[in-house]
Amino acid sequence: MEERILLSLLEKNARREVRDLADILQESEENIMETMTQLEKEKVINGYHTVINWERANVDRVSALIEVSCQPERDYGYDRIASMIYSYSEVETMYLMSGKSEFIVMVEGKTMQEISNFVGAKLAVVEGVTGTNTNFVLKKYKTAGIILSDNEDDEDDRMVVMP
Amino acid sequence: MYEELLNKQVRELKPSGIRKFFDLANTKKGVISLGVGEPDFATPWNICEAAIYSIKSKKTHYTANAGLLELRKEISKYLKRRYELNYDPNKNVLVTVGGSEAIDLSLRAIIEKGDEVILLQPCYVAYEPAVILAGGIPKFIELKSENEFKLTKEELLAAITPKTKAIILNFPSNPTGGVMTRKDYEPLIPVLKEHNIIVISDEIYAELSYEEKHCSPANFEEIKDLVILISGFSKAFAMTGWRLGYLCTNETFLREILKIHQYIIMCAPTAAQYGAIEGLKNSQKYVDEMIEQYKLRRNYIVNGFNRIGLPTHLPHGAFYIFPCIKKTGLTSLEFCEKLLEEQNVACVPGSAFGEAGEGFIRVSYAYSIEEIKVAIEKIGYFMEQYL
Repeated sequence: MEERILLSLLEKNARREVRDLADILQESEENIMETMTQLEKEKVINGYHTVINWERANVDRVSALIEVSCQPERDYGYDRIASMIYSYSEVETMYLMSGKSEFIVMVEGKTMQEISNFVGAKLAVVEGVTGTNTNFVLKKYKTAGIILSDNEDDEDDRMVVMP
Repeated sequence: MYEELLNKQVRELKPSGIRKFFDLANTKKGVISLGVGEPDFATPWNICEAAIYSIKSKKTHYTANAGLLELRKEISKYLKRRYELNYDPNKNVLVTVGGSEAIDLSLRAIIEKGDEVILLQPCYVAYEPAVILAGGIPKFIELKSENEFKLTKEELLAAITPKTKAIILNFPSNPTGGVMTRKDYEPLIPVLKEHNIIVISDEIYAELSYEEKHCSPANFEEIKDLVILISGFSKAFAMTGWRLGYLCTNETFLREILKIHQYIIMCAPTAAQYGAIEGLKNSQKYVDEMIEQYKLRRNYIVNGFNRIGLPTHLPHGAFYIFPCIKKTGLTSLEFCEKLLEEQNVACVPGSAFGEAGEGFIRVSYAYSIEEIKVAIEKIGYFMEQYL
């Protein structure tokens, strides 16, 4: 079975039924189940999340993209400092980057105040961190390959039948 | 009272027997459709952007009659790269308003009144009227489901008469999804050559070949100069509304065909041509992604249809399946009307594509898996009464 295809199908829609996946990939359902379990064990599949537009759900959420500079440590490089940061549950995503700052940290909170407090009180004071630059998200246009804009017309405007 | 003012041949063109069904399906509310003949994907954005930029740069004039030379060069490179076909952009390539214009031009350029043109049914609905309007006589070969709707040498030989001028081929096929491989073509080539039959090969679905690489009759050197290869951007590049196709053939044919094109059309739309250049230069990645999606959907829909009791071959090209509905005892038009009425699902009756399509329906999988799933479920409910 082409695992790459199974993975990209699940990446787009984690709720697909096993039978549908079996039909698409021309495999048995058992085979699909086994492969998925294996991929979960191997941490290739790390979860089955949902893409939610919280704004539409009228739930207040603020996100920020924080550039974090730091001094790498002997023996550990960046990884130990990183773990001091990503262990906070407020951190949703974190990458080591090329470029001006070492890390990009995405943080979610209820208010800007909450995020500012987190940056000032927790993030900036992590040992080895030499500076932060906080960018608040004003509007999400597209996330995880999905366009969130209200105006996006996704109606199928093709003729219903056509030879 | 205006009837008699009209051209007799036009008046006598068979109004599509399923026109009423089409009108009904296209106006009914909330229809779940598996009836389209075009991609669901949007045109890749880089293509749109290139066309918009051409307009902003005021490239809004006529182009050369044969199309922008740059586009013809890209078409030539593309055909070489993808299908090992050699066509000189200056002598062998003409850019047309969709593949449809190319079919009409080819027929008008070659047919003398009374010439016969062989059509393979079930086939795309435009071929027969195009032959008639050009003064030709359509001769039909009924392709067989048990041959996976391929053309055999015996069938071809039986259809040839002294008046045979041309044959229209369309592989991968709308509506059957059938393909012809190199092996399938081999026995036909000497026959076509011996009888000097012009091969109008509509290869608009060439990119959508899932198992084997697409083979064109023009890949056979022996008959290459008898072939008029027609293709375009509609299906592979998801550009149906741009109306852009092309035609490749020998220098003599092209010169004469170009005459008709230049008097009737002048040139294909300029912005679309600029979009197409970008398409050929920088979009294979998107095309490949779409092909992969179609292939997965095909697997899905074939399994689904067989499960609900509608036997369906795994077709190797295009984006259609052609399930057999004979066990219901309905004609294909009755089946589609009843399905639309009871489950609000639209498919196309096989009889729309000629008598050989009776007993089948054409189902398109140019839809997302999620949409296909819902439609199969509904057709499954519909089928319960016949199990």
